[in-house]
Amino acid sequence: MMNYEIELTSKEADKAYKIDINKKRIDHRILLNNIAKKAFFSSMIFALIVLGLLLYRIGVQSIGWIDLQFLTGKLSISPEKAGIFGAIIGTVGLICVVIPVTLVIGVSTAIYLEEYATQGKISGFIKVNLSNLASVPSVIFGLLGLSLFGRFFNLGSSILAGGLTLSLLVLPIVVVSSQEAIKAVPGFLREASNGMGADKWTTIKKVVLPVALPGILTGAILAISRAIGETAPLVVLGIPTLIMRVPKSFMDDFTTLPIQIYYWTLDTVLTPEYANLAAATIVVLLVTLFLMNSVAIFIRNKYQRGF
Amino acid sequence: MSKQIITSEEYVYDVQGLNLWYGSDQALNDINMKINKNEVTAIIGPSGCGKSTFIKTLNRMIENIPIVKTSGEILYHGKNIFDKSVRVEELRTTVGMVFQKPNPFPKSIFENVVYGPKIHGIKDKQVLMEICETSLKSAALWTEVKDRLHDNAYGLSGGQQQRLCIARCLAVQPDVILMDEPTSALDPIATAKIEELINRLKSEYTIAIVTHSMQQAGRISDKTAFFLMGELIEYDGTEIIFSNPRDKRTEDYITGRFG
Repeated sequence: MMNYEIELTSKEADKAYKIDINKKRIDHRILLNNIAKKAFFSSMIFALIVLGLLLYRIGVQSIGWIDLQFLTGKLSISPEKAGIFGAIIGTVGLICVVIPVTLVIGVSTAIYLEEYATQGKISGFIKVNLSNLASVPSVIFGLLGLSLFGRFFNLGSSILAGGLTLSLLVLPIVVVSSQEAIKAVPGFLREASNGMGADKWTTIKKVVLPVALPGILTGAILAISRAIGETAPLVVLGIPTLIMRVPKSFMDDFTTLPIQIYYWTLDTVLTPEYANLAAATIVVLLVTLFLMNSVAIFIRNKYQRGF
Repeated sequence: MSKQIITSEEYVYDVQGLNLWYGSDQALNDINMKINKNEVTAIIGPSGCGKSTFIKTLNRMIENIPIVKTSGEILYHGKNIFDKSVRVEELRTTVGMVFQKPNPFPKSIFENVVYGPKIHGIKDKQVLMEICETSLKSAALWTEVKDRLHDNAYGLSGGQQQRLCIARCLAVQPDVILMDEPTSALDPIATAKIEELINRLKSEYTIAIVTHSMQQAGRISDKTAFFLMGELIEYDGTEIIFSNPRDKRTEDYITGRFG
């Protein structure tokens, strides 16, 4: 019954098929490979050209407009005196709300779903709906934020209300990408830790999260960058497009760099210099995002240790 | 009465009528065996015979697979490990495990060894350093790594990684070490080093080892258990199993007629 006999059948004549080396076919495959390589290369070049054009356009338009007065000044009707200090503070304030809220809630949710929840129909249903939620238009999250944070919690159109609304918007993305990162942590590492008597939380804290961190941060960078660039939910929330005061606390009204850009591009017909101001603001926004991302990438690389 | 106490001290594990199912497939069928203290017990058998399942049941690691169901008792120092009052974290602290594939953490060699002591509350740097040294020495790895304790463990060779995993296991001061085919991913020289290590460790620890290689079982074990299709066919002194097995199926397997 349990006889596993190895049959040795390797006589030339017994072979059912023969691999013959066809020079033409090999040439054809090599050609296909070269075509594929060139196609992929041109796709990359296309993306780079678009980015380059964008940077060139706004670069040219903003030349001479970014100075200390622009960065630290208050909003003004006359383009020469206008500054975006309030918008910078507003955007930085939003970042300060969005990063902790999305990371804490998003990563915790992902940990629960991947590590604690029993894998069944309910958790499957939740996962599918999280992915669906990630594709809901941002305006709709604006409406949710307006009724929940603006009205119900009476936060009005403060930085806190805006930050929480944007956190809701990108939370699904953070959860889904963190789940993928946690899922990618090899099971043998958890086994090793459990095998030494570690409980689940210790294992997650000391083994799973450090290994998953680079992946989690990659998702978080994309998500938070998106939140910072959003205007629609904030407009729905009733963020004033024109505000002269610099916000002093998380409960103050505020404006952000993208909204400021929007406001200036609307009025370029009457005041053409507003286009330059918008371009200069875009540069500031991009620099802000680059700074934030480089911090995240620095942390990511620090933890990215090879297997 | 006193006689009973003496006998109960001779063995660490007493498995009584253990059955295990993966869903509706029965993987272990009425296993009864005792694992003696300070001996190496080898568990052999063809692929799919339940030997890995069995060893992973001894520290309840098998329960990580949600569909697993068990019945019967495994008495560890006289206490049933399936009892509600037994916490797996406690059990797995005294019953260490070395896995088939070396599985160090992507941390430094030092951090790997002191992982266990750290999670069990030792914080003193000096003490941790001493633990690291003695554990690595016991695992015969100290001389090879003492100058690069803070390098990533994944820079070590496969055999060194497996000895690191043994050192990491020893650092928790276990009572029993379960080994699930610890040399199957290693070359012959690394295998020989691990076998030599196992021989030295048995004076202090009780070792149960699953192995695919009968020669290995013959070289290192005191007792051998032969599993076939979820049943314990024969369990006896290694010499008896290899020279004079009682069961025809054991003899067939040993002589290489299948497997």
